[in-house]
Amino acid sequence: MKARTYTVRIDRNRCKGCELCISVCPRQVLELSGEINPRGYHFTRAANPSSCIGCANCSDMCPDTAIELREEMNRHA
Amino acid sequence: MSTSRSRPKKTDRIIYRRPLSLVDRPTHFCPGCGHGTAHKLIAEVLDTLKIREKTIGVAPVGCAVMAYYYLNCDISEAAHGRTPAVATGIKRCLPDRIVFSYQGDGDLAAIGMAETIHAANRGENITVVFVNNSVYGMTGGQMAPTTLNGQKTATSPCGRDSRSMGTPIRICELLNTLDSPWHIERVALDGPAGIRKARKALLTAFKGQMEGKGYSLIEILSPCPIHMRLTPRDAVRFIKEGMIPAFPLGVFRKEGKPVT
Repeated sequence: MKARTYTVRIDRNRCKGCELCISVCPRQVLELSGEINPRGYHFTRAANPSSCIGCANCSDMCPDTAIELREEMNRHA
Repeated sequence: MSTSRSRPKKTDRIIYRRPLSLVDRPTHFCPGCGHGTAHKLIAEVLDTLKIREKTIGVAPVGCAVMAYYYLNCDISEAAHGRTPAVATGIKRCLPDRIVFSYQGDGDLAAIGMAETIHAANRGENITVVFVNNSVYGMTGGQMAPTTLNGQKTATSPCGRDSRSMGTPIRICELLNTLDSPWHIERVALDGPAGIRKARKALLTAFKGQMEGKGYSLIEILSPCPIHMRLTPRDAVRFIKEGMIPAFPLGVFRKEGKPVT
């Protein structure tokens, strides 16, 4: 049986915390972290990665190209 | 090292990753600025068409002046507003290269209006990427020719008054009165759908140039949260509710003919 899971990777050093990705996510996968990156911004993190449907709204919206999205095929899931 | 360059497993499919035509360097733009998105879309188009090696960009004066730091292709820097003139020179000397100019609204619609109109009227085989954010960003949010009626800026603190300051210039409509342009389109970075449309528009323009069709201009309505005095989310909403009614989206010219 095949099951697809999606991985959202956020480059925390590149993120400027504009929250545009959070505003366009249809499944509330992302949230703003309480931590601060070396450039002084709160950065986005994937809080509920299992809800991701791989729509690529966040990665398209990100002005800093900080989001990478992958689909993984788990054959025995 | 950035995680975005790590190698995927064999069973993985990459849905989105940073385009190779974008230099691996954080941008200086403010949080939520549309220039980052516009740079990213150009880089994606250069990757898709595999033309990075033979593309020459011309950067303007304004916030996008540092495009040469971020786009991994040859880039020249022009004097304020003279980007289409420099692009014309490059294209005429090296007709096998893909030449694009990247301009903001202060650069293209104010000081560079003459160059813009004449390059379009000559039908130069170049692509102009026009990022319209309705203010002068770099110099501190002054009123631009594209500032909306009633919009507050540093030099129109009570809002733009059309009786003394005129009304916003619609570049696409203006250039569409000429005979020579090949493709003119206005898109908006107002959400994922708008961004996908913008990518498609840029792809059409660059493809047209590769086929020698002639002048193309893509106007991108873009957020400038700092000078719109809004949060990034509200700036995107402002594009939808404020800018799009003043600057209607769509294809104005297709295959060299006005779209009616």
